[in-house]
Amino acid sequence: MNLQQIIDRLNLTVLTESQDFAGIAPTGGYSSDLLSCVMAGARKGHLWITLQAHLNIVAVAALNEVAAIIITENAQPDHASIAKANQQGVILLSTPQTTYEVNGRLWELGVRN
Amino acid sequence: MCPPARTPTEQEKHGRHGRPITDQDAHDISRVEELSYDLKIHEVMTADVKTATPDMPLSRVLELLRLNRISGLPVVENEKLVGVLSLEDIVRALQKNELSAPTSRYMTREVVTVASYDSIVNAISTFTEIQLGRLPVVDENDRLVGMITKGDITRGILVALQKDYKEEEVRRYRASHLFEDIISERTTLVLRYTIKAGDFTQGGKASSHIKRALRRLGADPQITRRCCIAVYEAEMNLIIHTTNGGVLKLEVEPHRITMSATDDGPGIADTEMVFQPGYSTATEHVREMGFGAGMGLVNMKRCVDEIKLESSVGKGTKLLMRTFIPDHTVGVSRDG
Repeated sequence: MNLQQIIDRLNLTVLTESQDFAGIAPTGGYSSDLLSCVMAGARKGHLWITLQAHLNIVAVAALNEVAAIIITENAQPDHASIAKANQQGVILLSTPQTTYEVNGRLWELGVRN
Repeated sequence: MCPPARTPTEQEKHGRHGRPITDQDAHDISRVEELSYDLKIHEVMTADVKTATPDMPLSRVLELLRLNRISGLPVVENEKLVGVLSLEDIVRALQKNELSAPTSRYMTREVVTVASYDSIVNAISTFTEIQLGRLPVVDENDRLVGMITKGDITRGILVALQKDYKEEEVRRYRASHLFEDIISERTTLVLRYTIKAGDFTQGGKASSHIKRALRRLGADPQITRRCCIAVYEAEMNLIIHTTNGGVLKLEVEPHRITMSATDDGPGIADTEMVFQPGYSTATEHVREMGFGAGMGLVNMKRCVDEIKLESSVGKGTKLLMRTFIPDHTVGVSRDG
């Protein structure tokens, strides 16, 4: 399951610059709103599902080299966060669904690591 | 048909797009786009060009085209470009059975050229405007100095990208052998970062610089990752909890990496409690941002081999962490 398919199936909004999402294959996922837990738990290539939308999630995602952040419940990052994400090559995706729903959908799609 | 006399190009006068570049522009420019401005036409063109003269019979030109497998060539008189002749022109001559006529009778005199000193982006836009496969290149005196095709441009960009890639490789190679040529009893590379209290906008910046440095030094990815988690937590603690910020320091030696975070207050009352998972003194505001999970020091302890926390209330805190490199390979070649 590549990222483009995930974006299509979950109807996610892409907040950062478009790129070759079909060439990115997320290896699994991690869900938490606590940044220290994400630092410890998320792995390179994971999707990170959170309702945090402020600037610091970009640094955490970049350090962990996660494949993308899925921001839930329509939480909206500000312009500076999106600009920084573009600069650092971090993909920001957004959805009105809850973290719980997104986790369930991803699990159904076979993203289970 | 001739380029303007050698006046400064728009780019030389004003930078890209004829105006100063903003930071946002700079982020948006890809390396290939950058190269299309940096590379000059004379760097990628073919300089060895077959030419005809105005008085050359068309039959002779046809022979030149056939032998060199090309579909057209520039016509030159006294080193100056006076026209181009293509196969289509020869076909027109054939229809009138005039293959012995001089080139000047059938050549195209209105020639689109590009200047050798311009950036290849000019050639790209000219190619887009006029549907031609090749363009004559002239110098500031209107002398023909070469021909350029789209293929020349692609090749030039690829060669430049390859050079970029090699330079990064060399940089990495040099950094990963940093300590080998420096003879001392103990060589240490010290990286120091001043961290401001409350400056969440810069949170993680020092850690990402440290990550890049460790990679260049050839540190193992697992060790790099562990050090990064530890310094990120330390960096965020300086931002979240200190009165005046502090200093994050990394001392790199081939056999170990020492990380420290030092501040001058407020200090920690109980240096054992902070190692309890979930214990936090963060404010509600900070917790809302996802910090203050009470996992910071727990994370650090998990990621390093040694950790020491010294603090006194009202004076400040010093956190020291160490990670040992089993094969002593940071900044030293693995095969050496």
